[in-house]
Amino acid sequence: MAMTRKKKRLAMLGGAGAVLALAVVLIFVSLKDTVAFFHFPTEFAEKKIEPGRNVRLGGMVKKGSVVRGEGTKITFVVADDKNSLPVTYVGILPDLFREGQGVVAEGKLGEDGVFRADRVLAKHDENYTPREIAELKEKGVWEGKDKKE
Amino acid sequence: MMTEIGHFALVLALGVAIVQSIVPLWGLRTGDTAMMAVGRPASLVQFALVALAFAALTKAYVTSDFSVVNAVENSHSAKPLLYKFTGVWGNHEGSMLLWVLILVFFSALVAVFGRSIPRTLHAAVLSVQAWVSSAFLLFIILTSNPFVRELPAPLEGKDLNPVLQDIGLAIHPPLLYLGYVGFSVAFAFAVAALIEGRIDAAWARWVRPWTLTAWIFLTAGIAMGSYWAYYELGWGGWWYWDPVENASFMPWLAGTALLHSASVMEKRNALKIWTVLLAILTFSLSLLGTFLVRSGVLTSVHSFASDPTRGVFILTILVIFIGGALLLFAWRAGTLTRGGFFAPISREGALVFNNLILCAACAAVFVGTLYPLALEAITGQKISVGAPFFDATFGKLILPVLVAIPFGQFLAWKRGDIRAVSQRLTIAFGLAVAAVAVAWVLAPGGGSKLAPFGIGLGAWLIFGPASELAFRVRLFRAAPGDTLRRAAGLPRSAWGTMFAHMGVGVMVIGIVAVSAWQSERILVVKPGETAEIAGYSLLYKGSEARRGPNYTATVGRFEVTLAGRPVGTMESAKRLYTARRMPTTEAAILTRGFSQIYVSMGDPANGGGRTVRIYHKPFVTLIWLGALVMVFGGLLSLSDRRLRVGAPRLARRSRLRATGEAA
Repeated sequence: MAMTRKKKRLAMLGGAGAVLALAVVLIFVSLKDTVAFFHFPTEFAEKKIEPGRNVRLGGMVKKGSVVRGEGTKITFVVADDKNSLPVTYVGILPDLFREGQGVVAEGKLGEDGVFRADRVLAKHDENYTPREIAELKEKGVWEGKDKKE
Repeated sequence: MMTEIGHFALVLALGVAIVQSIVPLWGLRTGDTAMMAVGRPASLVQFALVALAFAALTKAYVTSDFSVVNAVENSHSAKPLLYKFTGVWGNHEGSMLLWVLILVFFSALVAVFGRSIPRTLHAAVLSVQAWVSSAFLLFIILTSNPFVRELPAPLEGKDLNPVLQDIGLAIHPPLLYLGYVGFSVAFAFAVAALIEGRIDAAWARWVRPWTLTAWIFLTAGIAMGSYWAYYELGWGGWWYWDPVENASFMPWLAGTALLHSASVMEKRNALKIWTVLLAILTFSLSLLGTFLVRSGVLTSVHSFASDPTRGVFILTILVIFIGGALLLFAWRAGTLTRGGFFAPISREGALVFNNLILCAACAAVFVGTLYPLALEAITGQKISVGAPFFDATFGKLILPVLVAIPFGQFLAWKRGDIRAVSQRLTIAFGLAVAAVAVAWVLAPGGGSKLAPFGIGLGAWLIFGPASELAFRVRLFRAAPGDTLRRAAGLPRSAWGTMFAHMGVGVMVIGIVAVSAWQSERILVVKPGETAEIAGYSLLYKGSEARRGPNYTATVGRFEVTLAGRPVGTMESAKRLYTARRMPTTEAAILTRGFSQIYVSMGDPANGGGRTVRIYHKPFVTLIWLGALVMVFGGLLSLSDRRLRVGAPRLARRSRLRATGEAA
């Protein structure tokens, strides 16, 4: 073997370092690209959320706004105490999706200002609540307190 | 009365645990053999006491004793008996008790089966295990006591969450805990070795069976959890990168690296530092997983109700044990003598590469799981990190290791010949390429262009390991009788290795097929209408109302035909569990070969009929079958006599000749 022990060790450490460096770069780049931020409808209205970016929308399902359209398309309106945002969703809603209660939808804001949801999360039972819904409760948006009609 | 006995037993167990934590180690320090010997009986007594406590809690559930608060919260007299029993661990307090029961069970096993381990090491190991059990017994008694009574007793319980009333629940958590907690043994061995300042190949030989056992259970537990989520949650997904799923996956990745690292230590007395560090890391990740699930920091399908005091307590335990172990490592790792040298291209080198990639993959999962939590804790900003991140990082990172597996199996110890190994793998490579071609031709439209290569990778992982074994027994290159003789003489661990690696290949094929070629249809059907998917026709026959023991249901019936021939019926239901007024969806699954049709009923639609979601999932069962094959491989290895705990016996001469292993 032409390599001395020291060179072998260096080669291995170098290889290990390269692998780890690559992994770190991969992780950070992917994180930046795939993170989904969470916003209330008000933030959509104010912050001008980028259309086409994967985000989460949280708020209360406005009473009377759920329309089951042709086939499996469903539209509803998500509101917080100041603003609201229309949402469309194709699919089956979770078991505990209710009007007048909180919901978290994950998807993209369309160019037309309507939120296209890919996934809808609702409360599962009294003991377990998605993190974002817990925050909705804290903000009083869960069951429409302080809501202007 | 039984409840009080259980409570008392628990407190007594804590006392014994504290004694076991201190006395044997003191004996180690002072060279007092009598004190060191305390570890064995103490472990057995601890186990008996915790088992008694667990039995007491079970009795409260099974007899519907609603004066016990825990039973009130989680049980109901109308619940089927099986779920009364399994409901014991369907909640925080009960499952914590199960966790500790398994911990002291493993301690007892080490106490009983570790006779041939040197006295000093044995004493240290049992003490370290007792540290862990003391901490968790204290945690249970102070914050999560399942034996709290409420008088006057309520008439009826609140029932177990319907989603958990399922046979999968009977199996999934105990399997997982046997895995998680099983790694405490490797942890204890590592810490004990650091305390003693001594570690050698024999240490690795003792650690391996325990690690392998834990790994087998964890693999089975994760697979079971995946399958359970698939059929129970009604969404047809088999892995969500849910934080709690990740919490079990991280110890699995580290545990797999540990397993391989320990085998290098055993055979070549090398990679000592890696092995000790991985042993500490794996159990630390198990503890972290426990924290994540129970502290309320996470909320997901799995996590139990949050309570800040519990979270803080567990966090403290985490910091003490993980921090302490790592500090000890930093301080004492220098005392571990250097092991054998090896060339970069060798089996050791391949396994170092394996370790690196598995750790990097584990780190990716770690970051993706904890980053949202950390960010929210620090800045209050809420983000979510989901499948896209994990697919992009973990999915890419794991590929090099998958490709390398067959090479690693062929490479010789100390110094390997990569060209010779590549030559031996040409047939496997050719078969993999053929698989790519077949997949490309047969694939239904759609799906990623890269999917056939994924199938090829799976085939590579099936034929590669097989060809290593074929080479060892000189298949087709010697007389059949000779080959058979060699095959019979192969150690079981060789078969185990082959099957475990092949299992990965099977799983890869299932994952690729489902991810790329799954079909989904969401539509409204009225009675008499037909839905088409992947060549199958599903005729909706309407729905009817039914009653279960603790629920009411609306059940929809579908008759499935393929090209006109009837193939089966499927019934999907929407249930309402009366006690908790909680609705669930029960999916219908029809298995055709390795593929499945999956039907999930939705709500009634406007204008009559119901919304349904129908999937065709090609080769999806391979995902869990692959895991089963991995478990089978692990069991084969475990049953290999050479790897049993105890003084290793010299391999019989014929075995040495048959394997023709390089030194």
